[in-house]
Amino acid sequence: MCLAIPGELLSVDDDDPLTRQGRVAFGGVVMPVNLAYVPKARPGDYVLVHAGFAIAVIDERQAEQTLAYLTDQKLPGGAV
Amino acid sequence: MKHLDAWRDMEAAQSYARAIAAITTRAWTIMEICGSQTHSIVRYGIDRMMPDGVTLLHGPGCPVCVTPAAIIDAAIAIAKRREVTLCSFGDMLRVPGEHGSLLNARAAGADVRFVYSPLDALRIARNEPHRCVVFLAIGFETTAPATAMAVLQAEREGLENFFLLVAHVRVPPALEAILSDAASGVQGILAAGHVCTVMGYREYEAIAQRFHVPVVVTGFEPIDLLQGIYLCIKQLETRRAEVENPYYRAVHPEGNRAAQAAMMKVFAVRARAWRGLGEIAESGLGFAPAYHRFDALARFTSGIMPADCPTECIAAELLRARKRPADCPAFGTRCTPEHPLGPTMVSSEGVCAAYYRYRRTQTVRERSTVSAPNGGEQGAV
Amino acid sequence: MSGSSPSVCADAGAHAEPAVIELAHGSGGRLTHALIDEIFRPAFGAAPEDLTHDGATLALEAGSERLAFTTDSYVVRPLFFPGGDIGSLSIHGTVNDLAMCGAEPRYLSVGLVIEEGLRIDVLRSVIASMRAAASASAVRIVTGDTKVVERGKGDGLYVNTTGVGVVRARSPIGPQQVQPGDAVILSGDVGRHGMAILALREGIRFETEIVSDCAPLAAQALGMIDADIEIHCLRDLTRGGLATNLIEIAEIAGATIALDEGAIPISDVVRGACEILGLDPLYVANEGRFAAIVPTEHASAALAHLRRFDSQAAIIGHVDRGAGHARVLLRTLGGTRELDMLNGEQFPRIC
Repeated sequence: MCLAIPGELLSVDDDDPLTRQGRVAFGGVVMPVNLAYVPKARPGDYVLVHAGFAIAVIDERQAEQTLAYLTDQKLPGGAV
Repeated sequence: MKHLDAWRDMEAAQSYARAIAAITTRAWTIMEICGSQTHSIVRYGIDRMMPDGVTLLHGPGCPVCVTPAAIIDAAIAIAKRREVTLCSFGDMLRVPGEHGSLLNARAAGADVRFVYSPLDALRIARNEPHRCVVFLAIGFETTAPATAMAVLQAEREGLENFFLLVAHVRVPPALEAILSDAASGVQGILAAGHVCTVMGYREYEAIAQRFHVPVVVTGFEPIDLLQGIYLCIKQLETRRAEVENPYYRAVHPEGNRAAQAAMMKVFAVRARAWRGLGEIAESGLGFAPAYHRFDALARFTSGIMPADCPTECIAAELLRARKRPADCPAFGTRCTPEHPLGPTMVSSEGVCAAYYRYRRTQTVRERSTVSAPNGGEQGAV
Repeated sequence: MSGSSPSVCADAGAHAEPAVIELAHGSGGRLTHALIDEIFRPAFGAAPEDLTHDGATLALEAGSERLAFTTDSYVVRPLFFPGGDIGSLSIHGTVNDLAMCGAEPRYLSVGLVIEEGLRIDVLRSVIASMRAAASASAVRIVTGDTKVVERGKGDGLYVNTTGVGVVRARSPIGPQQVQPGDAVILSGDVGRHGMAILALREGIRFETEIVSDCAPLAAQALGMIDADIEIHCLRDLTRGGLATNLIEIAEIAGATIALDEGAIPISDVVRGACEILGLDPLYVANEGRFAAIVPTEHASAALAHLRRFDSQAAIIGHVDRGAGHARVLLRTLGGTRELDMLNGEQFPRIC
């Protein structure tokens, strides 16, 4: 239902609450993205973008922990 | 790409597949809600990594597919007006109502354009003040805040040529409708991660409890999906039925409050018809009274959301695994991927589309050597 | 129109068969094939092997030199795009179709359908671009035609080019020649042209310019023949992209083509754009990329040759040695899946 892709916030160009906008890099392309729903996002953050809107700031620490879950849990069926 | 590649690692995926096989002692049926999750499952072959007996049911979570034919017909009727430019998301344009698709309308001369964001539709309204720009607003709770923001910006700018045909839907009521059906056979739920990014997952705690089903808030990449399935089966095997959130890098328990606030400022909860499922109470959004002047239905039609026509489509039975595509009299004749009647044929991952491909390729190949199609297990539950 | 009530149900079957041509009929996918198979082929009395490749090869008299013959029309909007324009595109496209027949392009015709109101300086620059592209490919434009249509009846300019070349390949080249065990080689990264056009045409606001891969392919293709590399099939990966074109070959050859997803080169720009829009780069059009299907013992020589033109050229798969099922399989993270031909136009997804 909801294609949303993480990209790196490069800069914040407009700080109005409704039209807050920044430049976000997705791989090799950069697009303007509305940041009204992530008022705390700062350049360098990864934001999750859906239909031109950032809907979350990716929590880097949590991302690492989720990936580590694989090894930490010593999953049954053989480790990585 | 950072935050994508690591979640598509083949070794890690195999490791999860082994873990799932190791903890699974019996057959389980798990439903993913979201169309994007279905897309990833098929694209990366997650369904084929499952041990025997673990069935992934593809839920009604594609907003394009569940948009009723009557809304598309209303959009087409509006698009045919000479002063109107009708915009929607790209994949919405090829879905037919009873009177063809928006693409057909475009072929017949209507000004129909696709946009990436509702803000692009707003920009068209700003740049072409002589046009009435109508945005066909489909999508779940993930998308509704984006549409709401376009309305809030239009309000502030005093734009008088921007309108919405609102067809937004909400996930929890539809999920409850499916789980209320004793015959559904769904034992575990992968909740749609990006809906939860906006809404959080408090609503799902009551659902997990009421229906005694595990609900795992799941992301969209292969590792996310495998992890979600692993956690879901782990709960099922130990007879737990809780909400778990392994997608916490993008989902907080309370969701995105700013997005929720904008959405509920512009919209209000309504009953809504789902294609193939019928009307579900409180499952949709309509305009809040203060924003009525943006309503394209009121501006360009009688203002009443038309009732959906009964169709031959048996998607409701298919989604509840009561019937197979072959049971449908329209399958492969009046209903094809080029001209679909219902959501299961609209979506390329839908069970009917998968069966259709299977049948087509069968005519090219020898029958005996063809294996089951992607998603084909859906109808066989 | 507001009077027509959308709640009045039409016969559900009324739209099962389209009564009019839709854009998707021209997208190179299933609907295009339906037109060819159901209308063109029966009407023109074409033999089964006709209309299956990018061009026809024929001899005017028994024993005479074999000629390759092809035609293509160009309706790109906008007329100018990063990496090319309708002029260079229309020359490269036809030159490439001849090259894919293993032929040296020689002569082209140019037919112009111009919309009233097109600025002369725009026409001049398109023509200059055609001339430059033709001389770079060593083809001569020897005949042509000009028509002007009323304003509103065309997107500024449509171009048709028809080309004749001399076949240089010593053995036939085409889908029917594909053999089990053959290697599938891709001449460079995929998806640039389609994404460049989509971004520009639909006003998708990528800050980074996506540059089309529009380029002539004759030197790359004919160089393989000169180097005595045996070639079974060549195909430029235009409409429908890599996936649709290889499915066409597999269906005609009655063979299974197995691809390795990880081996297919895709640039960061195209990858990022496709992720955002939910598009599959394997279905996005190219105008300067081709697949060469060669016997496995010639694969490394062919790859070395193609790498001289583009370092990203890669062996991306092979033709299965098993029983011939007409399909293309993609090896991906969870195993293999069958690729389906593009159904209609590819649109950005919300879902």
